[in-house]
Amino acid sequence: MTLQAELRVHRDGFTLELDLVVEQGEVVALLGPNGAGKTTALRALAGLLPGSRVTADGSSWDGLPTEKRPVGVVFQDYLLFATMSVLDNVAFGLRARGARKAEADAAALRWLTRVGLAEFAKARPRTLSGGQAQRVALARALATSPELLLLDEPLAALDASTRLRLRSELGRHLRDYPGHTLLITHDPLDAMVLADRLVIVENGRVVQQGTPREVVRQPRTDYVAHLVGLNFYRGVADGTEVRLDGGGTLTVAEPARGPVHVVFAPSAVSLFTERPAGSPRNTWRAVVAGVEQHAHTTRVDLDGSPAVFADVTTATVAELRLRPGDPLWVSLKATEIHTYAR
Amino acid sequence: MRRALAVAALLLAGCGSPAATGPTKITVFAAASLTEAFTTLGERFEAANPRIEVVFSFAGSSALARQINQGAPADVFASAAPANMEQVTGTGAVTAAPVTFARNTLQIAVPKGNPAGITGIGDFGRAGLKIALCAEQVPCGAAAAEVFEAAGVTAAPDTVEQDVKAVLAKVSLGEVDAALVYRTDVRSGKDVEGLDFAEAAQAVNDYPIAPLAKASDAATAQAFVDHVLSPEGREVLTAAGFAAP
Amino acid sequence: MRSRLPVVLVLPAVVGLAFLLVPLVGLLVEAPWGTLPAQLLSAEVGQALRLSLVCASLATLVCLVLGVPLAWLLARGDLPGRGVLRALVTVPLVLPPVVGGVALLLVLGRRGLAGQYLDQWFGISLPFTTTGVVLAEAFVAMPFLVISVEGALRAADPRYEEAAATLGASRWLTFRRVTLPGVMPGVVAGTVLCWARALGEFGATITFAGNFPGETTTMPLAVYLALETDPDAAIVLSIVLLLVSVGVLAGLRDRWIRA
Repeated sequence: MTLQAELRVHRDGFTLELDLVVEQGEVVALLGPNGAGKTTALRALAGLLPGSRVTADGSSWDGLPTEKRPVGVVFQDYLLFATMSVLDNVAFGLRARGARKAEADAAALRWLTRVGLAEFAKARPRTLSGGQAQRVALARALATSPELLLLDEPLAALDASTRLRLRSELGRHLRDYPGHTLLITHDPLDAMVLADRLVIVENGRVVQQGTPREVVRQPRTDYVAHLVGLNFYRGVADGTEVRLDGGGTLTVAEPARGPVHVVFAPSAVSLFTERPAGSPRNTWRAVVAGVEQHAHTTRVDLDGSPAVFADVTTATVAELRLRPGDPLWVSLKATEIHTYAR
Repeated sequence: MRRALAVAALLLAGCGSPAATGPTKITVFAAASLTEAFTTLGERFEAANPRIEVVFSFAGSSALARQINQGAPADVFASAAPANMEQVTGTGAVTAAPVTFARNTLQIAVPKGNPAGITGIGDFGRAGLKIALCAEQVPCGAAAAEVFEAAGVTAAPDTVEQDVKAVLAKVSLGEVDAALVYRTDVRSGKDVEGLDFAEAAQAVNDYPIAPLAKASDAATAQAFVDHVLSPEGREVLTAAGFAAP
Repeated sequence: MRSRLPVVLVLPAVVGLAFLLVPLVGLLVEAPWGTLPAQLLSAEVGQALRLSLVCASLATLVCLVLGVPLAWLLARGDLPGRGVLRALVTVPLVLPPVVGGVALLLVLGRRGLAGQYLDQWFGISLPFTTTGVVLAEAFVAMPFLVISVEGALRAADPRYEEAAATLGASRWLTFRRVTLPGVMPGVVAGTVLCWARALGEFGATITFAGNFPGETTTMPLAVYLALETDPDAAIVLSIVLLLVSVGVLAGLRDRWIRA
């Protein structure tokens, strides 16, 4: 069974035109920068914004108000009802859909037990930690057994360590959930870990979609390349020579022809103060534009033809004494470069 | 900040005392029932005395008496009842003995056309009619009580109002079928008709007037009192429905 | 440790408090304490006090039933000319109450626009009745409730209502279980203001409902009439009204605002 959506929202000069397909049991991540229209898409699916067509398992949701749609939503800041107990929050959807109180409470308690918060049933939401609130929000959304589960940046409000733990826990719940899941996030890691398929949105339109593996290997926009941490260029291939649109030429191992995307990892780039001996084919001069310390490596931003990011070890940094403005030689093996048709 | 203060000071000054070089001003505290007659009298007095400006404060006589006793800046007091004048004379606030300048009697007030067919004072005891009276605490209510006693009628009011104007308003709007108010009020009322009745003579209301001891200009205050008592004043009061003392 | 309270705030605050309390002190100083118990126990005072409390409470109930939905409509409804409506709701605040009373007479009086039909068809006449008192008080007091509740609603995050909708709740259920509990402090504050205003109402009440002991003579009316002949009695009545209202409000505040 498949959920198909044609989302069409026009307002305040912004246009969202997004076609989505989510298979039964599939987790699709909608990934994109801020302002790309991700939350607008979620609201359109939930019926909070008009003008979109959704068909789920052959039946249309058109014209259905939000409260009649079989959706469950986990909002970014959870939106737990402060005036109700945790149990009443989780039972709310069942009660709203006509379940008797005892029945709804029992189901809610089962859900709280599943997310490990049964002992907080009588607590007020404001006494919960961020991670606990997130799990209650998930239980509340799943308790009504929705056909479509919508998660809006479910981990964004959490601190780093809670986030790590809850990411894997959320993954487990999503695997158990039989319906369709749409995860909205701007965090590539959340998307890669939790989703079966990524849909990347920029300016209200899909720019790329595929499995996490496909997207990582073959980014199609600067945004995606930056997300997955690759050097990314457009160029025209002629055999093993690729002339880059932004200037410079690279030699690649696999011959190609016509317009291509070119990617390579920053860690594949080597830096030298002198022109390296033996002169590999891809060697060019560059100037240090910036140096940024990451967890275990240092990322060097270099101006040149082409401009390039290089990840180097701390030892290399010490040896080369990198400072902005320093001239360097950049070298790259042809076998490290990956090209694919545009 | 400084400018705001200056503006505030100006505003305060503006609503305070008059300019020193202006005309002589006297303040007359008068019963509400005198509103129409005294307004006319004041205009004539000013016309005859161009350097004098008359300012009125019309309200219930008891409220005025209370204000005078608490130091309100009044030059002349004209009361609708001797009792309220006595409240003032009792504290020595008047210079000359009060003089009765007018009399008022009660009349039955009915809405225009007399829809309920009221014929006399006896109807005030009739069931099913809407009746308004003044509260017994105010002069017109006390007078009404005397009238009912004299007529042997047990009145069944639906409301006892705080002043005669409020009673009159209920008649004007047709909310009540009949009310007892002063003849002068009937004359000034809109969409109201008056019916005379014999027992009205049992409760004649005297209106005393007196200049006040604290008057800023005793001669002018006395001049206004004299103007009220003059033949011209009498004429205006009669036109308003007051009887001569 | 917090630093000391700034004088620019404390000084006007103290002046403001004094401004509010000094007239009250004046009443207490002038009160004829000797005759107070006798006055308190008199039948008229008891009657007027009971009538005041009953009418103010009923008026508040009317305001709640009509005013909370009105506040919701103003805050959440997608109405054309909402700004104008919002301004119109505050009209009874600026209208002199006596004028409000006249307006009620013109509409609901025996010859009023609607009142004539009430009278002809159903034999219902509202002026000079206890119902009339309740209506007059509700008319004058309702804006206080509507403004408080509307303010609270506009400050409340409407996304909670969206969350309830995604859980399958109708707008009515959402209103009852999510919106209303969320703005409860505003509703309580508005109710308190509304009740206090209704309790002290004078002008509209005496104009629309008149004054008859046991039927329409509430405490403020009794105070005003007592002032005509017996200022001491007026002070006593005022103090009774004051003590009862302060007592009720303080009691409610402890119970509600803390919750």
